[in-house]
Amino acid sequence: MTKNLRVKSSEYIDETNRISFKFNGKIYHGFKGDTLASALLANDVHLVGRSFKYHRPRGIMTSGSEEPNAIVQINPGTNRTEPNVRATEVEIYEGLEASSQNCWPSVEFDIGGINNFLSPFFPAGFYYKTFMWPASFWEKYEFFIRHSAGLGKSPTSSDPDIYDHRNVHCDVLVVGAGISGIMAAKNAAKNNFKTLLVEEKNELGGSTIFENNEFNKIDNKSPSEWLKKEIEELKSIKNLEIKTRTSVAAYHQYNYLLARENLTDHLEAKDKINKIRQRLLKIRAKKVILATGALERPLIFNNNDRPGIMLSSAVKKYSEFFGVACGSKNIFFTNNDSAYEGALSLFNKGINVEAIIDIREQSESKIVKKVKEAGIKIYWSHSIVDTTGYKRLNSVSIMKLSNDGTSVTGNKISISCDCLGVAGGWTPAVHLYTQSGSKLKFDEEKKVFLPNKNTSEQISIGSCNGDFKLDEIFNNIKKKIKEMLNINITDFDNIKVENDQENSKRNIWLLPSDKTLGKTKPFVDYQNDATAKDIKLALREGFRSIEHVKRYTTTGMGTDQGKLGNMHALGIIADTAGVKMGELGTTTFRPPYTPLTFGTIVGRNVGKFFDIFRRTPMNDWHVENKAEFENVGQWKRAWYYPINGETMHQAVQRESKAARESAGILDASTLGKIDIQGSDASEFLNRVYTNAWSKLAIGKCRYGLMLNEDGMVYDDGVTTRLGENHYIMSTTTGGAANVLGKLEDYLQTEWPELDVYLTSVTDHYATVSLCGPNSKKILKKIIPDLDLSDENFPHMSFKETNIGNIQCRIMRISFTGEHSYEINVQASYGKDLWEKCMQAGNEFNITPYGTETMHLLRAEKGFIIVGQDTDGTMTPIDLQMDWIVSKKKYDFIGKRSLYRSDTMREDRKQLVGLLTDDPNIILEEGAQIVSKLNQNPVEMLGHVTSSYFSPNLNKSIALAVVRGGKDMMGKKLFVPMEDKNINVTVANPVFYDEKNERLNA
Amino acid sequence: MFLINCPYCGERDQQEFKAGGEAHIERPKQPTELSDDEWAEYLFMRKNIKGVQFERWNHAHGCRKWFNMVRDTSSDEIKAIYKMGEKPPSQ
Amino acid sequence: MRNKYSVFSLIKNALSYHENWQRAWKDPAPKKEYDAVIVGGGGHGLATAYYLAKKHNMNNIAVVEKGWIGGGNTGRNTTIIRSNYLWDASAGLYDHALKIWEGLSQELNYNVMFSQRGVMNLAHNLQDVRDLKRRTHANRLNGIDAVYLSTEEVKKFCPIINTSPDIRYPVLGGTLQRRAGTARHDAVAWGYARGADAMGVDIIQNCEVKGIKRNGDSVEGIETTKGFIKTKKVGVVAAGHSSVIANMAGLRLPLESKPLQALVSEPVKPIIDTVVMSNAVHAYVSQSDKGELVIGAGTDDYVSYTQKGSHQIVEGTLNAILELYPIFSRMRMLRQWGGIVDICPDASPILSKTSIKGLYFNCGWGTGGFKATPGSGDLFAHTIANDEPHKLNAAFNLNRFVSGDLVDEHGAAAVAH
Repeated sequence: MTKNLRVKSSEYIDETNRISFKFNGKIYHGFKGDTLASALLANDVHLVGRSFKYHRPRGIMTSGSEEPNAIVQINPGTNRTEPNVRATEVEIYEGLEASSQNCWPSVEFDIGGINNFLSPFFPAGFYYKTFMWPASFWEKYEFFIRHSAGLGKSPTSSDPDIYDHRNVHCDVLVVGAGISGIMAAKNAAKNNFKTLLVEEKNELGGSTIFENNEFNKIDNKSPSEWLKKEIEELKSIKNLEIKTRTSVAAYHQYNYLLARENLTDHLEAKDKINKIRQRLLKIRAKKVILATGALERPLIFNNNDRPGIMLSSAVKKYSEFFGVACGSKNIFFTNNDSAYEGALSLFNKGINVEAIIDIREQSESKIVKKVKEAGIKIYWSHSIVDTTGYKRLNSVSIMKLSNDGTSVTGNKISISCDCLGVAGGWTPAVHLYTQSGSKLKFDEEKKVFLPNKNTSEQISIGSCNGDFKLDEIFNNIKKKIKEMLNINITDFDNIKVENDQENSKRNIWLLPSDKTLGKTKPFVDYQNDATAKDIKLALREGFRSIEHVKRYTTTGMGTDQGKLGNMHALGIIADTAGVKMGELGTTTFRPPYTPLTFGTIVGRNVGKFFDIFRRTPMNDWHVENKAEFENVGQWKRAWYYPINGETMHQAVQRESKAARESAGILDASTLGKIDIQGSDASEFLNRVYTNAWSKLAIGKCRYGLMLNEDGMVYDDGVTTRLGENHYIMSTTTGGAANVLGKLEDYLQTEWPELDVYLTSVTDHYATVSLCGPNSKKILKKIIPDLDLSDENFPHMSFKETNIGNIQCRIMRISFTGEHSYEINVQASYGKDLWEKCMQAGNEFNITPYGTETMHLLRAEKGFIIVGQDTDGTMTPIDLQMDWIVSKKKYDFIGKRSLYRSDTMREDRKQLVGLLTDDPNIILEEGAQIVSKLNQNPVEMLGHVTSSYFSPNLNKSIALAVVRGGKDMMGKKLFVPMEDKNINVTVANPVFYDEKNERLNA
Repeated sequence: MFLINCPYCGERDQQEFKAGGEAHIERPKQPTELSDDEWAEYLFMRKNIKGVQFERWNHAHGCRKWFNMVRDTSSDEIKAIYKMGEKPPSQ
Repeated sequence: MRNKYSVFSLIKNALSYHENWQRAWKDPAPKKEYDAVIVGGGGHGLATAYYLAKKHNMNNIAVVEKGWIGGGNTGRNTTIIRSNYLWDASAGLYDHALKIWEGLSQELNYNVMFSQRGVMNLAHNLQDVRDLKRRTHANRLNGIDAVYLSTEEVKKFCPIINTSPDIRYPVLGGTLQRRAGTARHDAVAWGYARGADAMGVDIIQNCEVKGIKRNGDSVEGIETTKGFIKTKKVGVVAAGHSSVIANMAGLRLPLESKPLQALVSEPVKPIIDTVVMSNAVHAYVSQSDKGELVIGAGTDDYVSYTQKGSHQIVEGTLNAILELYPIFSRMRMLRQWGGIVDICPDASPILSKTSIKGLYFNCGWGTGGFKATPGSGDLFAHTIANDEPHKLNAAFNLNRFVSGDLVDEHGAAAVAH
């Protein structure tokens, strides 16, 4: 029978709504409003997990997102499982299951716990010093290291949930809805600023709504009462949007922030279905108000990590907010007055508070007096030197602290207890502040880093600005808000605030023990088991910078990113090295503030939305006719059209033959098309292509090659002169966007004097390429009125005409070497045109062919494909395309680079044809070419760029780039494969119809 | 994530833009007159300044216009934006 | 004599509560003069110093570091090590490094945790397939252990990859280099520092170079925040800040320094036991020994020295990660960060003399320098000691940008990780 530690009814817990959940397979009960942590504590469960390195039993330390220890696997074994979830952040719901991590067979009995006894051999960085012998064994050592490391388990099935993004633009973003954030948001919105207030938790008010210090008053009311009224008023304010369960993860420059809104994690499984789980808010705020609060620090003493040892503020929150006592025999250990609030909270509910151990000599504040009056024993100037209890704290040992705080004296007193609330002061949560690029300064008196120099329009208010007392908070908020929003009055100008005067705290980063440090375990980073000893060891070994120490000891590298221990690490380094903390600097706070789900970052961009599909107007026809598709850039292109169970090879052979013997049809709509107009269009083309354009007659087409400024082939295509000042350029499918970008760049930045306008019209036209000896007859059937004679419509010319009443542009150009037309119509008529061609071609057995056949046919003709036969290292000369490089033109893009010492070398790699001695062997594209076998090292001359079995030549053919290849015609070379060497002969790359007779056939 | 004030469209998010490297490297008017060294200087050598840099940006997913930006590369602070052909602001 | 690290020294020191460990390296003030000074205390710089001392008997040398050693790209990269590069020059360079990696822990007596868990590169379109096959054939003939894998073999080697033909960019195949893998980045810097220090090299941290003093065309020394240091040889290994140092000597380099980002997830039990890289969709992932998924994002397109990149780059990378590994959707990003990478136009490094006598540059590694650390240090030490490049780094000279003899590694890898 587990104990019930509910101590009072809380307005935040709905005791009428009882919820059952499972932890480590056992059923427990909690109430609506509980977190997993509060529900477990109510059931007297403290042991929740095991630590990373030593597998020490660990419990719940905090009540928030800074929790280092109580991290669990949620819903194990389901497709909604999640590792490393903080029990302090999980709102329970009916059916929730959670289990401990990093333990086997169970959290109660964990084999890995043996590491705790071996810990003397596992100091910081031990792995750098060992596992080196024998050398070959590292893999085996590593296997064990890897399997003992890691915390929870990755999901192993797809995520059933949906994620979303929303862009938010606001005048004022307020981060954190504690008292400061609420005041700021209210004033901003009331002054007509479009305001967004985000809060990590599911309720507003921060710690003020469960404030129990009766000496703090706002307008003579308790702060919680006052704030609840303010919260009520927020609801009716226009211009204010409030997002709870929303955690700001990152604060980038230019006030760009990312926040994760949690929408369904607190719902039962049935209510999660088909809903958005998390939404990423991409916020661009004109002004940012950070009211992120402060995190309580622990104290660093021997064995300060046992289940039952918690932050005092957490003990108070569990008691006041969740109505749960964390223990039945409680002790507090403190260096400031905060712990007294926790003690009073429990005392007032009749829970036993055994003692308060205070390292200070005294405190005169009212709340301390109140505790004294309550009869709670206070040990002044005492420190805890040890604790006992393996799976649950059962006692602490205390001794008198010396005046300088470096040692303990006198008798050791042991006090039994089951919960210890630790209060080490407060650390302003400046994580987001520094992420924005803003700079901190160290306040030696308060021992905190505080905002100093802002890089964007932002302010920090409340305790994240180091203002811990109500009067400080109110005064600073009023002043800063007026300044930022440029207003004269706020709602809070005349409010009367009283607060208890706290005595200054006594700060000791590492508390002494009666044992030497070497024999103690004062944890600084709980999750990663980094102790003060480890930090000192790192310093001893010469690691001086905080970043070195952090990396060597892994302090601050856990899932909590050192939210609790980083300040102590810095303090211990400063003390040990004898430097001031301000001079040490702080470690970088890297985004995100709390871990951010990949799914949330990705949002909707999964599956088919990972990238857009571009499909041609004829796509449906290809699908209906069972085409296989190839991805080319974002396009889906028909690759080949298998019929009757053909293999790809069979289909391509059939398509290739049909195209040469009768007629083939290709969807060429994906080729880039750029409309070029303006009185300097010809001059522009002269500058961007290697060949000359001024003399191209209207109605004629010309092939062009475009280089990069470094002389390497960049793109190619046919450009047609439509009018005196009007051209249409075609580009490769993959290169279209880049070509347009490059041309615009030159036009706008280098040649602004040219009167030229560029427009992408790729998507405006559908293009049908009709080829083969019967293509003319087919076109004639479609457009009977058009004179297709060679005189009227020769190769490399253009006609603008109509098919019915549909306007079309026809170019007689060829990429296959056959008599061929490219017919362009407005995209919406693409499918009609295609079907018309199919119908007209039926009697000629017109055969649709895909990209693979197109590649084969052009290879037979020795035509290059940029990107396949070139790789950014080929000049036109290397391609043996000297004919296209104008010697007369003064300049064109890339010309100068062709005349550098290396680009002019004769023994560069050059494009050649390659024939296998055995005509049935098809070379592998990418295979390397050598001239000598049995050479070591092998000298590679080049590689096969394109290779096919040509059904029209009935042998295999290949294109290749070979060093000095243009002078190797007829030379025997080898292609060495894994299992054999293939004998090849260098050949003319034009394998078929060298005289281009078929173009006019 | 910068907020860039396109001189033609106004403030837009960085993801609409593409950076185009150092500005005011004029393409030589007579490339053939240059030595290989001088050509390499134009083609590849860059100041790559840590500090205030003059650079080119393109509103690629917007108006497609190129413009110039003055930005401190050590802080990413955008100091000025001006159109192509306009005189660069003095530092 | 310093402690030798071993399991025995660990046990011995445990008895004295680890209070007798020696410093891994000293913290000396700079001397007035050195035979050579290395600017930049990252992995490459420290390795250079180590090999200068070890192989070239140059012990009167120093490494000056602006911040703390290993704090730049050495400590910020995703630690992928491989040598399956396309061109002979690159393959020679990176495989030289890989061979040193294979015995580095023993050589340094410092466990750099070089883990040969294999690196897979995936193909997502037909041109990727051609490119990867081309690279694999070239690797094989260069004696590098790369093999081409079918989609089924990819799935077998890394079962969590989504190899369904129905995804947006299906996996059409891949390559595998089994000798490739990862190492512990910090350990590389620390191990070389400790080794160099033991041979008398001064490692001077928090010492920023402010100027390079020349006498005509020769180097005379460097101005630093810790005063003037006289030396006739300066080897600059300053990664993202190479152009800044070059500028002090009146040189310009073909470099642009851009932000490169990376991220890790929260640690989980082993789920992926190899390194998988996909250029086409841009997703690189491995799992550290600690259990974190280590994910490399891409570079931004603008020059920046802030070590911060834009969110769209991280988002784009995770889009690709979830495309290939939908099971990671509920994993969480724990930490993201940026580095400054110096990128050459041909995606290959510079290990070269300069027009100034005694001034040497080792830079331009872009996004992929970590893997070369030991080889780069060894070859750069050779170049500095002999005032001549080794044959393995001869191709990576500065003159290639003038002659046009580039080593273009873009062709087979859009990003040369």
